[in-house]
Amino acid sequence: METLTAALRSLLPHDSVITDPVRLRTYECDGLTYHRATPGVVVLPDTAEQVARVVRVCNDFGVPFVARGSGTGLSGGALPREDGVLIVTSKMRRILEIDLDNRRAVVEPGVTNLAITEAVRDRGYYYAPDPSSQQVCSIGGNVAENSGGAHCLKYGFTVNHVEACEIVTPDGDLVTLDRMDPGYDLLGAFIGSEGTLGIATKITVRLSRAPEAVTTVLAAFESIEQGGQAVSAIIGAGIVPAAIEMMDALAIEAAEAAVACRYPEGAGAVLIVELDGPRAEVDEQFARLTEICSGAFELRVAAGAAERAAIWKGRKSAFAAVGRISPAYIVQDGVVPRTSLPGVLAAIDRLSHEHGIRVANVFHAGDGNLHPLVLFDDAEPGAGERAEVVSGAILDLCIEHGGSITGEHGVGVDKSRYMPKMFSADDLDTMQLVRCAFDPRGLSNPGKVFPTPRLCGEVPGVRKGVHPLVESGKAEQF
Amino acid sequence: MLADTGVTIRQADADDAVNGVRPRWVALPETVEEISAVLRACAEQDLAAVPAGGGTKLHWGAPPERCDVLIDLCCMNSLIEHAAGDLVVRAQAGLTMDALAAALAEQGQELALDPPFKEHTTVGGTLATATAGPRAFRYGTPRDLLIGITVVLPDGTVARSGGRVVKNVAGYDLGKLFTGSQGTLGVIAEATFRLHPLPAERRWLVATTAPAGDVLLRLAASQAEPSAVEIDCPDGKEATVAVLVEGAAAEQRALGLREVLGEGTITAEAPEWWGLILRDDVLLETRFPPARAADALAAAGEAGFAFRGSAAAGRAYLELWGEVAEEELAAAVTRLRGRIEALGGRLNVLATPYEGVDRWGQVSGLPLMRRVKERFDPGRRMSPGRFLGGI
Ligand SMILES: Cc1cc2nc3c(=O)[nH]c(=O)nc-3n(C[C@H](O)[C@H](O)[C@H](O)COP(=O)(O)OP(=O)(O)OC[C@H]3O[C@@H](n4cnc5c(N)ncnc54)[C@H](O)[C@@H]3O)c2cc1C
Ligand SMILES: Cc1cc2nc3c(=O)[nH]c(=O)nc-3n(C[C@H](O)[C@H](O)[C@H](O)COP(=O)(O)OP(=O)(O)OC[C@H]3O[C@@H](n4cnc5c(N)ncnc54)[C@H](O)[C@@H]3O)c2cc1C
Repeated sequence: METLTAALRSLLPHDSVITDPVRLRTYECDGLTYHRATPGVVVLPDTAEQVARVVRVCNDFGVPFVARGSGTGLSGGALPREDGVLIVTSKMRRILEIDLDNRRAVVEPGVTNLAITEAVRDRGYYYAPDPSSQQVCSIGGNVAENSGGAHCLKYGFTVNHVEACEIVTPDGDLVTLDRMDPGYDLLGAFIGSEGTLGIATKITVRLSRAPEAVTTVLAAFESIEQGGQAVSAIIGAGIVPAAIEMMDALAIEAAEAAVACRYPEGAGAVLIVELDGPRAEVDEQFARLTEICSGAFELRVAAGAAERAAIWKGRKSAFAAVGRISPAYIVQDGVVPRTSLPGVLAAIDRLSHEHGIRVANVFHAGDGNLHPLVLFDDAEPGAGERAEVVSGAILDLCIEHGGSITGEHGVGVDKSRYMPKMFSADDLDTMQLVRCAFDPRGLSNPGKVFPTPRLCGEVPGVRKGVHPLVESGKAEQF
Repeated sequence: MLADTGVTIRQADADDAVNGVRPRWVALPETVEEISAVLRACAEQDLAAVPAGGGTKLHWGAPPERCDVLIDLCCMNSLIEHAAGDLVVRAQAGLTMDALAAALAEQGQELALDPPFKEHTTVGGTLATATAGPRAFRYGTPRDLLIGITVVLPDGTVARSGGRVVKNVAGYDLGKLFTGSQGTLGVIAEATFRLHPLPAERRWLVATTAPAGDVLLRLAASQAEPSAVEIDCPDGKEATVAVLVEGAAAEQRALGLREVLGEGTITAEAPEWWGLILRDDVLLETRFPPARAADALAAAGEAGFAFRGSAAAGRAYLELWGEVAEEELAAAVTRLRGRIEALGGRLNVLATPYEGVDRWGQVSGLPLMRRVKERFDPGRRMSPGRFLGGI
């Protein structure tokens, strides 16, 4: 480690190489605080060339390296290696170019998601993928996780909005992957690879035109089944809203207690539907939506930005709120086909009763992305284990219904052991071919995504209280 | 050997030639397992294989270095599942795009690619060539609409990635890698796509003079939200522009676009050239920053190519109508590539009868692509030499 550190110091300015044990601990986990490891050494490069040199040194020494953006990941993807180098992009925060004529911006990986939108909002543009952590998470982290947001039902994920990436390959070459290039879609393979195929050092994103009109509707239903039926009917009517979000009674209760969002009283489920686009189209869709939601006992329509924010407030604070009503909880992130939602929700309810563990449901109903909150009291003996069983059983339900073990938070270290449940050994081996082509020595973020033996007694994804980012108002949790 | 697999095999004839290279046999697998059996047999015997869908674009790309077996997917033509409520469809690779479209239309849905629904074009061929039509401006290209894939590797391994839900970030996305891989990594056996509801209405605004660059930009950025902005310029001089609006209030939005364009006729039918490649003995594909569409158009015209394509999405096909000698074409391609690359774009030759023409420009990721090919196909048995850099 010492000769490695000396080599790194010869490449980077003094204050860009961190070895002080106290400062190293700042980086020992990401948003999933359950997994911790103190990095061997942390570097804060300023340029792509420096990243490449650091990676080359790691190759010379045969030590692993892990990229880290803002550390908001919820699957332990940026968990460091004690025997390796953590490469943090927080100094690489320049917006290099804004080219509205071509609807694109070129940015460094440490730039936050929201900063891109803020740079172009005045001129009627925005960057579409909007993870709830957008105020803080980095675009490099978004690329690595193929992040989504509430609006990806209509607008897609990071991979649909990235035009090109300059990357440092795991053996230290600077290579540009561009959608325009002929040949294999390496850019598509790289996005969502969770830092295992190299480090993004420059990202060209596509900018979107702000829509002419936005209409946000809150529909309150007696039961979650009715809410689910409305979702199906909306899709069945050929409407693709910008977002369809749903909350169940327990989630509403928690949100109410925390932020007094004043959702209709007695609702078994609320649905938030946002329509956007050309005004004439939004108006027409809104008329049909009102008909479809005729079973709702209350329908609220936001007249302006302030009312829209009020409607979203309850939904956006639901996670933090749940953190306030339960000493500990696991946020699950699974996906089911939208039409399986009613059956899966009923099964979650059964699981909850069987194990005596409360589950609050808050989810992206439009694309079947569940974020069940598995609540428990960690002071109660055995409760953590039962919560873990419920949380794992929910993922099994997702797989059984043809869904996925993760819709947006990634596999990281947290879910790698679930990968063999979703994929066969041949599927995983084939993915390894890609890994080996990019990273033959396995130095780039090893131990993530693909299964490795699990440590005894490891409980997945447990959180206590409110996430500090949420608490400080810097991020919302969806 | 091949016959022992139990898969239907026939002797190849001259019509089965892949860009002039005649295979010995044609295999007609009916299941994923049969594709696997054929490829395993090929691996044992070191036979080179080329997958084929409808065979309409087998002349795209370089001729294979060798070709023993043509794997014809025509028998794998079923629609496996259309989950209309989930806006998802899963189909076998040999299903034709028009059969797929017809089935989806029954439920008021579509796969938002624009193949002209030639009766032979298959799902697998469309993916393997990654062809994109006018509406890619709004909906993206095949890689954006593909959410799950089943492939068979050259050693017979069957691998799946993605799934049947739109939102899914578990594992690497093999679908991206196989989209546009031109049959060089393995055989695409099944694919799952996200669908869109069929738009209630469609209107085209058509004007006969190509607008200046900044008008194109204003069309693309218009809040009337066009789905496509196309230019057709067959002779390098006379150009037509057509803008498509889809969905509710299409007529009204088209009127708004006419104000931007300053002229044009609004129709409910596409212009007859919409999304069509008419001749592809010599066919080039160019991509460019959308703001440079007018420059790309001018460069193509001066080099003697017809230009047709998605101005707003930065992609167009260049056709050559007359006869052209090898050296002349090679020189024209090199010159035009120089000009397009100076605009920040790319120029590839999709089809040419001549070996002396450089089909591909510079690609920064080529060494990585070679490594991917080596891992997936170390024996170089899948469509060897068909793709860029001799992959
Ligand atoms: C409150 C809260 C709300 C959230 N909401 C959402 C949401 O709505 N949608 C969603 O998708 N996610 C959400 N997340 C998860 C998280 O914010 C995203 O995954 C985000 O993309 C991570 O970005 P980051 O910069 O924090 O990355 P990090 O946590 O630092 O790293 C994440 C992964 O990316 C890799 N990585 C980082 N930078 C690079 C780089 N330059 N090149 C290559 N690999 C790199 C790391 O190695 C790691 O594997 C939320 C998280 C929190 C805490
Ligand atoms: C938007 C759009 C516009 C189009 N416009 C036109 C047009 O104007 N004129 C026109 O003639 N055609 C047009 N087409 C059709 C299209 O170009 C081809 O017909 C189609 O992409 C090839 O399909 P195919 O089944 O005939 O493939 P083939 O010609 O059989 O094969 C093409 C290539 O794909 C490979 N391949 C085929 N199947 C597989 C598989 N299952 N796995 C791996 N590799 C495979 C082959 O080896 C070959 O390299 C258009 C298509 C689209 C999507």
